[in-house]
Amino acid sequence: MSVGRLILKEILHRKGHFLLSLLAVAAAVASLVGSVTLLEVHRRRTERLLAEKRAEVEAQAERMNDEIRKSMKKLGFNILILPKDQNLHEVYEKGFAEKTMPEDYVRRLAESDIAVINHVLPSLIRKVEWSEQRRTILLAGTRGEVKVRNLAEKKPILEAVPRGKAVLGAELHRQLGIRPGASIRLLGREFEVLKCLPERGNQDDITVWIDLAEAQELLDLKGRINAIYALECNCQTVDRLGEVRSEVARLLPETQVTEFQSQAVARAEARNLAWRNGMESLAAEKKHREEMQRERERLAGWLVPLILAVSALWIALLAYGNVRARVSEIGILRALGVRNARILWLFLGKALVIGIVGALVGYPLGFACGCIWSGGAGEAASLFDAGLLGLSLTVAPLLALGASWIPAQIAARLDPATVLGDA
Amino acid sequence: MSMAVLKLSGIRKTYAGPQGPVEVLKGVDLAVEAGEFVALRGPSGSGKSTLLWIAGTLMTPDAGTVELAGQDVYALSPERRARERAAKIGFVFQQFHLVPYLTVRENVMAPALAEGADGLGELAARADESIRRLGLEPRREHLSVQLSSGERQRVALARALLRRPRLLLADEPTGNLDGENARGVLEELARFAQAGGAVLLVTHSEQAAAAAQRTLSVTDGRLAPAASSNEPCSSAAR
Repeated sequence: MSVGRLILKEILHRKGHFLLSLLAVAAAVASLVGSVTLLEVHRRRTERLLAEKRAEVEAQAERMNDEIRKSMKKLGFNILILPKDQNLHEVYEKGFAEKTMPEDYVRRLAESDIAVINHVLPSLIRKVEWSEQRRTILLAGTRGEVKVRNLAEKKPILEAVPRGKAVLGAELHRQLGIRPGASIRLLGREFEVLKCLPERGNQDDITVWIDLAEAQELLDLKGRINAIYALECNCQTVDRLGEVRSEVARLLPETQVTEFQSQAVARAEARNLAWRNGMESLAAEKKHREEMQRERERLAGWLVPLILAVSALWIALLAYGNVRARVSEIGILRALGVRNARILWLFLGKALVIGIVGALVGYPLGFACGCIWSGGAGEAASLFDAGLLGLSLTVAPLLALGASWIPAQIAARLDPATVLGDA
Repeated sequence: MSMAVLKLSGIRKTYAGPQGPVEVLKGVDLAVEAGEFVALRGPSGSGKSTLLWIAGTLMTPDAGTVELAGQDVYALSPERRARERAAKIGFVFQQFHLVPYLTVRENVMAPALAEGADGLGELAARADESIRRLGLEPRREHLSVQLSSGERQRVALARALLRRPRLLLADEPTGNLDGENARGVLEELARFAQAGGAVLLVTHSEQAAAAAQRTLSVTDGRLAPAASSNEPCSSAAR
């Protein structure tokens, strides 16, 4: 006959007592596990919602970026980098810069760490006499966009004009009756018309675009350009132009920067505003969810200890009742020489069994309730937490042992003479 | 002269009563030798059960000493005293005090709880032998609620004898039994004494007292020989 066997036989004999005690422990564990599971589901849902909202804001920003890119394709660029000594009045009057600068500046920009501009486009523009057609035109040499190394790959907003090809402005091809594929002679060279642009209502309508190198040869300005067009990227401050100027001046001190095409700028600003609003809305949602989480944690913070305390009291009362029901048994065991420590263990051992079984019953109960009430049943597998099970298997026996400690001490200190004499 | 199994010297015990302290034992001296069967008689409240508890090391006297096989048991620590009690004393009570959820065999083996794992095999063999000798074999796996009063007391007796104690203390062991069952229990007590054990029996019963070799009366807190002398224990069952 061992203490363990005696405990098991007594449990089987007083099933009602055992089940009531088990219920108390299971309720305590279930409340703990249920609360933790509920909070975890809420936390995950918050993360998911915020991630979805962030993705939505980013998608919206991306859509707006795309719209800006499209509008830029129509409107051109909004940053113009010119030689430092170029008179801007002259540029506004003539539509191009007389002064030139080395084409190598473009390479410097492209290979730099600049982050405030992208879509860098070098060009060489001159007003020339198109002797073959007896009219004055703007000849623009372009080599297409040069990728800025520091920035992500972006779709170019203006394609390069291949060597031997030409793109004609609306006024020119309309008046001369030229269509794409036709051959034209310009300054003694043959070109195939690649594209005829629609009307833009500006000097582009009297412009012929050809390959930059060919333009430099025709104009005898090899290795020179007179403008670098660029698109402002995401500037961090309100003084966007100042920011761009400062960055460009750092890399190309012999240049100056000016801004044009305010419609594109307005769109970029609208994009930035929408992004800021989206991020603010995201932050507000995050704050709201965090507040909800804190509220739930506060509720669990007093509810779970309250349930644990009530359960402990319940177990203690049941354990005391168990001691009262077993005084005769305790008395005879003491009379037979069974020591206090073993009597103590008869009750604490039972409490231990109640605690362990209670945890094993309470954990799945609380887990299921937590999953169902929080609507997280679908992710039950990922919500299972071995650490929480371990905590339950630690807390529940400690709860049962703690609650049974005083009744067990009373049992161990019962005076057998009094008990057996009264019985 | 052989050493007394139980020797009480100058035992005094006072209870707090509603009208002040009541001294139930006023310097009791008693020696019970090995092989001796002693009965204690007296009116209710005379202190005979108190004397039994004190002899059984379950109640500390206010004064006096209790020697168990020459050992002053109240000079020992509670743990040592419990070991001495487990090893040397067996108890039989009027109310049987069987553990309700244990079978007959498990109840008989209950004193093994006081032991470590050592000697369990021998105790189990002894329990089986007692169960056979006391005619409990068919009831071996029954719970105490399924037994008659006589059977329950035989189980309690087998339990008391399991560890072969030197002293058997019996408090009204026949109080709840019919004549035939009471006789059977008294025969067992007498047999234990004949085998060299010492028996101290507290009883109101003439029949039980008659089974003892010596009957003492507890009167006014002191022991005195009872009015009539008894036959030797071998005739107890007659």
